[in-house]
Amino acid sequence: MSAPRTIRRFPLRNRATKTLPLSRVSPNAGNKSATGIAGFDEITSGGLPRGRTTLLTGGPGSGKTIFSMQFLAEGAHAKEPGIFVAFEEAPDRLLANFEGFGWKLGELPKSTLFFLDAQPEPDLIQSGDFDLSGMLAALGAKVKEMRARRIVFDAIDIVIALLPDLASRRREIYRLHQWLLLHELTGLITSKSGGDELISAGLGFMQFMVDCVVVLNHRVEAGVSHRSLRVQKYRGSAFDENESPFVIGPHGLDVAVARTLGPMDANVTNERVSSGVKRLDTMLGGGYYRGACVLITGFPGTAKTTLSGAFAEASCKRGERTMFVSFDADATEVVRNLSSVGISLERYVKSGLLRMVSARTITGSAETLLARIKTLAGQQGARSIVIDPVYTLFKAATEISAHGVAERLIDWTKASGITLVCTSLLDEMSRPTDGATASSVSSLADTWIELNYLVQAGERNRGLSIIKSRGTAHSNQVRELILSEEGVTLADIYTAGGEVLMGTLRWEKESAERSENEVAAVAGKLKRVRIDAEEAELEVRAKSLQTELLAKKVEKTLLASTTESRLRELSRARGRMRELRGGDARPRGRR
Amino acid sequence: MSRRPVWKFLLYVADNAQNSLHAIANLNVLCTEHLAGECEIEVVDVLVHPERALKDGIFMTPTLVKLGPLPVRKLVGTLSDLPAVLHTFGIEPVAA
Repeated sequence: MSAPRTIRRFPLRNRATKTLPLSRVSPNAGNKSATGIAGFDEITSGGLPRGRTTLLTGGPGSGKTIFSMQFLAEGAHAKEPGIFVAFEEAPDRLLANFEGFGWKLGELPKSTLFFLDAQPEPDLIQSGDFDLSGMLAALGAKVKEMRARRIVFDAIDIVIALLPDLASRRREIYRLHQWLLLHELTGLITSKSGGDELISAGLGFMQFMVDCVVVLNHRVEAGVSHRSLRVQKYRGSAFDENESPFVIGPHGLDVAVARTLGPMDANVTNERVSSGVKRLDTMLGGGYYRGACVLITGFPGTAKTTLSGAFAEASCKRGERTMFVSFDADATEVVRNLSSVGISLERYVKSGLLRMVSARTITGSAETLLARIKTLAGQQGARSIVIDPVYTLFKAATEISAHGVAERLIDWTKASGITLVCTSLLDEMSRPTDGATASSVSSLADTWIELNYLVQAGERNRGLSIIKSRGTAHSNQVRELILSEEGVTLADIYTAGGEVLMGTLRWEKESAERSENEVAAVAGKLKRVRIDAEEAELEVRAKSLQTELLAKKVEKTLLASTTESRLRELSRARGRMRELRGGDARPRGRR
Repeated sequence: MSRRPVWKFLLYVADNAQNSLHAIANLNVLCTEHLAGECEIEVVDVLVHPERALKDGIFMTPTLVKLGPLPVRKLVGTLSDLPAVLHTFGIEPVAA
C-alpha cells in the first residue's frame, strides 16, 4: 500500500480572523476609491469605501458587470491594480464585450488588471463539504505579486450555489470577507437581486456584513427600459439615498445626479444673446440671458419651431456652435421649412457650426435621451441648444423621473453655460396628468414665451407674449408674429375698445384710420380756406363801407356849407332887392 | 505488489482544514479498500503553493483530480459519499 506522499501540517491558526490594525478599519470619509462612473462618485462623495467590501446586487442585465469593470478600469488607470474574478463569464469574452467602452482594457498590462477565470467546470462533481480556500490562496499570491488594490468577484452567487448547505455558504462568505479585509482590498462582490432572492441563496446576511450595498434596478415601464441605482447603505459616509437613474452610455455607466452643486453658480452672466428676432430682443430688454433656459409654448402651428430656428440662426451668426434637436421632423425637413421664412441654416450645417439631430431615431427612456443629448452636445461643443419639442423627452418618462430629467437637463445646461431653447405644445403642457412635467419645466425656465393665435374674420394670426422673464424688464404687450420670406418680425397689434385686432383686420383698421385722418385733414383745410375767403370778403366790405362813410361825411360837410352860403346869398339878395325897389319903408334901425 | 500503480490522484488541500483532513482520510480508505492500495497520491497544500492552485485552476478545496487512468476527472469535496466517488471514477466497488 502506498500512503499519501505529502501531507503538510502546519501549526493550527486561523488566518482569517487575524486581528486587523484598527487604524485601517476606522471609518474615514475621505478614504474612497473612485469608480470613474460619472455621477456615482458624486452620490457617494468619492466612490466605494477603500479597503472595504461593497456588495453590488441587481437582476440580469442590470449592469453589474459593467459597473465592476469600470471600477477596475478606473483603478488600473489610477495605479491601483485590480483583479477580476470571473465566475460567470470567460475573461476573453468579457474583454471583447468591453472593447466598445473605450477603456482600453486590452492594452492594460497584466500587472494592472488581471482576470481570473473561476467559472465552475460544468462536469465538476462534488461529494461532501468543500470551501474556497483554494481560490483565496491563489488570489492571495496574485494580490501580493501585482500589489493589487481592487478586486471584483462577479458573480458570487454562482459559486456560493455550489455549496451544499446554508451554514457552509455563510461560512464561505465570511471567509471571503475576512480575506478581503486582511488584504486591505477594496472589494466589490456582485450578486443577483437583493432581498428575498439573496436570502434564499444564503446570501442575505452579506448585506449586513459588508460596508456598502449598491442596488441596481432595471425595469420596463410601458415598453421603455428604465435603469436606476440606489446606495442602500454606506457605513461611515453620507450618501444620496434616493434612486438615481442611470444609462449605459458609450463610456460606461452614467448615473444621473439630481443636482450638480458648485459649478451651477459659476456661470451666471449678464451677457445677453439675441433671440434672432430684433423686436423680441427689445421686448426682453436685450435678448435672452446666456445660459438661460427659454421655454416657448404654444398650440401646433404657432411658429414655435420657427422662433427657435431664428435663435439657432442668430447663435450661428455669432459663430457659436449650436445643436438643434428635433423630435418632430427630420433634420433636412427642418432646414428646408425654416428656409421658407428666411432662416437659412444650411450653410451652418455644412460648415459644422450647427448640428441638426433628428431624435426620432433615438428611442429609449428620458434618461437615455438626455444622456444622448449630453453626449452629442459634448461632441459638438454646443453653446446653444434647441430642443423641439422638449415634451417628447418626457413622454417616455414616468412623472417622477420626468421631473428629474427636466431638472437635470436645465441644471446641466446652466452649469455648462449653454443657452437652452425648448419648445412645448401648450395642450401637452396643460394636461393634468403631466402637470409635474409642465410645472417643472415652466417653473425652471427663466424665460417663458407664449405663442398664441387669434382667429378673426376668417384668419388665423399669431400672437406672441412674454409670460415671464426672470431678471429682465420685459414688455407686457402682446405682439403679432409675422412670418415672411424676409424672416420673423413682430408688429404691434391694434387694440381698440377692448378688442384685439391682428392680421388683415389690423391692416384694415389701420388703413381706415389713415384715410379717416386724411379726410379730416382735407376738410379742415377746406374750412380754413373758406373762412379765409369770408374773412377777406368781410374785410373788403368793411373797407368799402368805410370809404362810403367817408364820402357821406364829406357830402354832409359839403351840404352844410352849401346851405349856409345859399342862406347868406339869399339874405344878401333880398337886401339888395329892397334896396333896388327903394323901399316902401326903410326898416327901423336900418338905413 | 510489484505491479505499477495505475491510479494516479492529485489532491489539493488547504492546510489542515477539517474538510481537507476528511478528504485525505477518505481517499486513503478508497485506495486501501477499493483499489488494493495501487494508488499514487500527491497532496498539494494550496496555502503553501498558491501558484499551483492558480495554474491548475483549483478554486475549491479539497479537490481531487484523477490523472490516471484517463479520462481526467475532477471531484470536489470531502469524498464522503463513497459510492458516488467510485461511480464517478468508474471503480468497481469491492464487496465488503
